[in-house]
Amino acid sequence: MLGISRRKKISYVVNLAIVILLYVVFTMLIRQGVVNSYYSDIINMMCINIIMAVSLNLVTGLLGQLVLGHAGFMLVGAYAAGLFTLHSGLPLPVAFPIALVLGGLVAALFGVIIGVPALRLKGDYLAIITLGFGEIIRVIANNLTITNGAKGLYGIDSLNSRHNLTAMFTYMFFIAVLTIFISFTFGTSRHGRAVISIREDEIAAEASGINTTYYKLLAFILAAFFAGVAGGLYAHQIGLIDPSKFDFNRSVEILVMVVLGGMGSITGSIISAGVLTVLPEALRGFASYRMLLYSVVLICVMLFRPTGLLGRSEFSLMKTADKIKGAVKGKKQDPASNKEG
Amino acid sequence: MDFFSQIINGLGIGSIYALVALGYSMVYGIVQLINFAHGDIIMVGAYVVFVILIMMNLPLWLAVLGSILFCGLIGVVIERVAYHRLLVRDAPRISLLITAIGVSIFLQNLFQLLFGSDAKSMPKMFSFSPLQIGELQITSSTVLNILVSVVMMAGLQLMVSKMKIGKAMRATSEDAGAAKLMGINTNTTIAFTFGIGSALASAGAVLYCNTYPQIKPIMGGLLGLKAFVAAVLGGIGSIPGAMLGGYLLGVAESLTNAYISSNLTDAVVFGILIIVLLVKPAGLLGKNTREKV
Repeated sequence: MLGISRRKKISYVVNLAIVILLYVVFTMLIRQGVVNSYYSDIINMMCINIIMAVSLNLVTGLLGQLVLGHAGFMLVGAYAAGLFTLHSGLPLPVAFPIALVLGGLVAALFGVIIGVPALRLKGDYLAIITLGFGEIIRVIANNLTITNGAKGLYGIDSLNSRHNLTAMFTYMFFIAVLTIFISFTFGTSRHGRAVISIREDEIAAEASGINTTYYKLLAFILAAFFAGVAGGLYAHQIGLIDPSKFDFNRSVEILVMVVLGGMGSITGSIISAGVLTVLPEALRGFASYRMLLYSVVLICVMLFRPTGLLGRSEFSLMKTADKIKGAVKGKKQDPASNKEG
Repeated sequence: MDFFSQIINGLGIGSIYALVALGYSMVYGIVQLINFAHGDIIMVGAYVVFVILIMMNLPLWLAVLGSILFCGLIGVVIERVAYHRLLVRDAPRISLLITAIGVSIFLQNLFQLLFGSDAKSMPKMFSFSPLQIGELQITSSTVLNILVSVVMMAGLQLMVSKMKIGKAMRATSEDAGAAKLMGINTNTTIAFTFGIGSALASAGAVLYCNTYPQIKPIMGGLLGLKAFVAAVLGGIGSIPGAMLGGYLLGVAESLTNAYISSNLTDAVVFGILIIVLLVKPAGLLGKNTREKV
């Protein structure tokens, strides 16, 4: 047992070091002006999409339920956070973190309201009912006066200024890291294992005494919370939110990220969210052909690798390092030590 | 009187939903796939009518026939190219769903590339004097919509219940493995189902063009989604259910437009869907399947 925990410790330290290194490199690049505001916008969008994809993966990958209304939670979080900073009167550096937490909590509340009835259904029917709820949220946001209807909320201040592009990035980066960390620990915790057992066989899980309703709702609410926070980040990043930004297509976009990366693989979600944010931008030169190419790529990946790029396995530095070591030594590697981030 | 004319109008629009919903329902019944590309088949059908009727200036019957044949063919091609490999290998259903979404994005962008993203206007194709019953006036397009949808449904029901291919379809949807063992070519049956579903969608497209005089590459999105809601509402996998769902949806929409607010139409549509799913998850006319332990 001691060996395993030491391995875990090493992997934590290594990952922490990489996270800090990444952060330092990115901030340096932004400070130096190598990364201009266009690229930094893309990097920030990447972080938001990673949060969205990883959180959806909690429901779709871990719990095994298809959800087609994840953008609805993002909308709720974005509006809650946006309205708070607009009307609270607090200075932005104070209001912003509070707004994010508030956005997450309101989204989680919606997660409860939607989850309690919806989670009685499963499979395709759950997908359809979440689609319905997502659309209803959007239509209502389109017709309320507090949300300013279809015109949307505008003038939401961003921490970014022309001279300081790193402020928003710091938030984005560390919230994304935190989301990934919590998702990983949740997945390997007792609660997470209960959730996975529901994915594998709901009836068997229930028969062995797992409160399926509770665990399903738990995963659902956690996902909604993170989506709400991501919505808050998005609102402050863009500065202008209107309901059409959170429609069915946005939900689909996030689902595609999760499925392409591999359902149940958090690292898969991270990689595909990153790639799928950059790909449309990189293809901007082809303008009208890019979405065509995007859809063909999507269909081909599904045809030739239906479980997604990583399937259910996680990419882990420690394992890769072991493999390289093993290859160098020419020894066979033991297949133990799974899921070490 | 106004109330009745609203209902009749609703039935007219609902007929289009019903025709499209039939395709969703049949495909779902046979391979358990929510075919998100189905809505875009309507768009393809509408553009084929546009090309033959306006750009090539050919007669109307040729446009209608061409649209139906082309869409049926496209349905089969899509099944062969995009879904077949996954269906044969028994891939996870969600990958099938993502492929369908991919096909939908592909079709939308292909037509945007070919015809531009702006709306094209369509002429009124079938016009005769409106029907007058007492004070009630029913427009020609409404009459046509209801008539065509009822005829198509009756034909489809007849085909499924009486013809050999219909029997094969029912057998495949019941248990594909057993159907195969009984000598049914399930692959052909599935391809045929996709073809028929798409042909029905294109009939819906013709009616749509006749009712609303505008088409654009993204028109399939919401239309498809609503037709899908109609299919679920009536009980997915059931032909009369899809029709009932379509009509109900159309009426609900037109009543909301008239008496509540046209902004809330979509919310009402999806609200009805949620209520029905919560009370009767299999839909109004659907069969409830018991989970096996």
